[in-house]
Amino acid sequence: MSKPRTLFEKIWDAHVVHQEEGQPALLYVDLHLVHEVTSPQAFEGLRMTGRKVRRPDLTLATMDHNVPTTDRSLPIVDQISAKQMETLTRNCEEFGVTLFGLDDPRQGIVHVISPELGITQPGMTIVCGDSHTSTHGAFGSLAFGIGTSEVEHVLATQTLPQSTPKTMEIRIEGDGPLPTGVTSKDIILAIIGKIGTAGATGYVVEYTGAPIRALSMESRMTICNMSIEAGARAGMIAPDETTFNYLKGRPHAPQGAEWDEAVAYWRTLTTDEGATYDTTVVLNAADLAPQVTWGTNPGQVLPVTERVPNPDDYTDPTDRNTTHRALEYMGLEPGTPLEGLPLDRVFIGSCTNSRIEDLRLAAHLADGKQVASTLHAMVVPGSGAVKQQAEAEGLDKIFKAAGFEWREAGCSMCLGMNPDTLAPGERCASTSNRNFEGRQGKGGRTHLVSVPMAVAAAIEGKLVDIRQWDKENKGK
Amino acid sequence: MQPFVTLTGVAAPLDRANVDTDQIIPKQFLKRIERTGFGQFLFYDWRYEADGVTPNPDFELNAPAYEGATILVAGRNFGSGSSREHAPWALADYGFRCIITPSYADIFFNNCFQNGILPIILPEETVKQLIQKAQEQPGYELTIDLPAQTIRDEEGLSIHFDIDPFRKNRLVHGLDDIGTTLQHEAEITAFEQQRPKWSSRVQMPA
Ligand code: SF4
Repeated sequence: MSKPRTLFEKIWDAHVVHQEEGQPALLYVDLHLVHEVTSPQAFEGLRMTGRKVRRPDLTLATMDHNVPTTDRSLPIVDQISAKQMETLTRNCEEFGVTLFGLDDPRQGIVHVISPELGITQPGMTIVCGDSHTSTHGAFGSLAFGIGTSEVEHVLATQTLPQSTPKTMEIRIEGDGPLPTGVTSKDIILAIIGKIGTAGATGYVVEYTGAPIRALSMESRMTICNMSIEAGARAGMIAPDETTFNYLKGRPHAPQGAEWDEAVAYWRTLTTDEGATYDTTVVLNAADLAPQVTWGTNPGQVLPVTERVPNPDDYTDPTDRNTTHRALEYMGLEPGTPLEGLPLDRVFIGSCTNSRIEDLRLAAHLADGKQVASTLHAMVVPGSGAVKQQAEAEGLDKIFKAAGFEWREAGCSMCLGMNPDTLAPGERCASTSNRNFEGRQGKGGRTHLVSVPMAVAAAIEGKLVDIRQWDKENKGK
Repeated sequence: MQPFVTLTGVAAPLDRANVDTDQIIPKQFLKRIERTGFGQFLFYDWRYEADGVTPNPDFELNAPAYEGATILVAGRNFGSGSSREHAPWALADYGFRCIITPSYADIFFNNCFQNGILPIILPEETVKQLIQKAQEQPGYELTIDLPAQTIRDEEGLSIHFDIDPFRKNRLVHGLDDIGTTLQHEAEITAFEQQRPKWSSRVQMPA
């Protein structure tokens, strides 16, 4: 019998095109996703060397980072953004790459559209010039972000030289569903809080355990999405019936006899009994509470019931320094309870939490309530398809009636490359993935939270514990 | 790509951990479609006052002693966050050819090699000493010898650093990855022929 292998090893082995001792493996890339920000210089490189896109049929482009999320029939005000989008359109035409542009109903955040179209499938290698490519690992694929030089390399060769990463298992223990008020966003924030933003650097992570198996595909994507915030090369979850049910019937999923063949293969994509990981981290689901970041990286996170830490609590001088700087930037005093922090903005969106399930949950909680008058709240669907679906279900009406702004699909205030930004000093509860200094706008202060926490915060005008809030609001 | 063999230059200290790519080059500067001209925006939010033009006197690298520095010495987990290659482009355009820290984020680390920047990893204690020297002796110079894998100063310091031999070779010779990969064209084609028919395609089956 062959040696037991992890899920990662199976996918890796199946994609090695060439390997030499002491050198990185040359890996075949099954799917290359492209967006407007990290691709112009790569296409320019091809042009300068007279190279073509080797497999346009395995390459998909969309626009998401720069796009306005307001009325699309108006001209784009930001001329430089407009030029970057035009450049992508021109490049896709010239090189024969499929593009879901602004006027295409399939347009959206690259990590939202590929799964919803059924293009992301188990067992694949997927790359994109974007760190949150790790999202696609939720299907049991090996998906990771690359730089622009590597984008050019993949366009030209459909392969990528890669040195073998180490493997990490992150096991969530527990037998029932997650505690009330706790979502997959809280799982991943708690993990990053535990291992730190460099805790998984050099590793591909596989998430295991019954609570993970119990999650929907969309919740799994939220977890894998933020693997990069722990430094991981990629995050993955073995495919199962949930995965197959999600994919079946999607526009690009295999059909008929090919579907059966595909599923038969996908079923082999699990970590074998006896296979070993380089390291294992364990978290117990029962211990989890809703999480809030207090600092300027996703590892600076605590349960909402906690207080802002004191730099003096840290013995390591670098940690002390980092904490001090973070508190200064965030305008927070040590010892302040997280619960009750007044907010100026709420952002529900981004490739972490802008899928239909997220919006259904948000609308369910917001139904019949009012956004606090002191605060501005925004819901930005992850894709044109999510927006359409939400509108078909009347979610947009619920949001608007509650006082949320309802926008067009895009990255929006996740990174504020378009006009959606925080003003200096504004405090925001955000369902996105990064709370770096200036991420949502220069001087803006971001608190990362789950979707339910964001909705409750919008309605109360401050950070609240969703578990309490939910109890008090039952039946209201 | 410009080869990297030896380098003598001023070391600039940036005594901060987790310097993320949003700080190295903020998003508003990712809209250019060129590879060049990013140096002026390096560390933009730290480097300039709120007006975006007046240099912030408190920012380490703005001190006259570090003008023209080619080596950056910084804290652990440097380059975390996004995959933007604009980060190494900005560092290189500003003039940095070598970075010394205790650790890097993966994608950033890869991106450095693609742009002729040598990212050296040293123990945290050693990095702290270098930062201290660079702070206390403005104009402090280091000499990096990549083939010999050493860092020296004029006071007799000599530190060995480790580097993956494959990556080292590519930097020393300024090799282009795509050219090397295309030597395996036949293997790529053979691989493609055995991929299952049902494997995902972006273009819709007719
Ligand atoms: S939503 Fe945010 S994290 Fe996701 S791809 Fe867009 S900018 Fe990146």
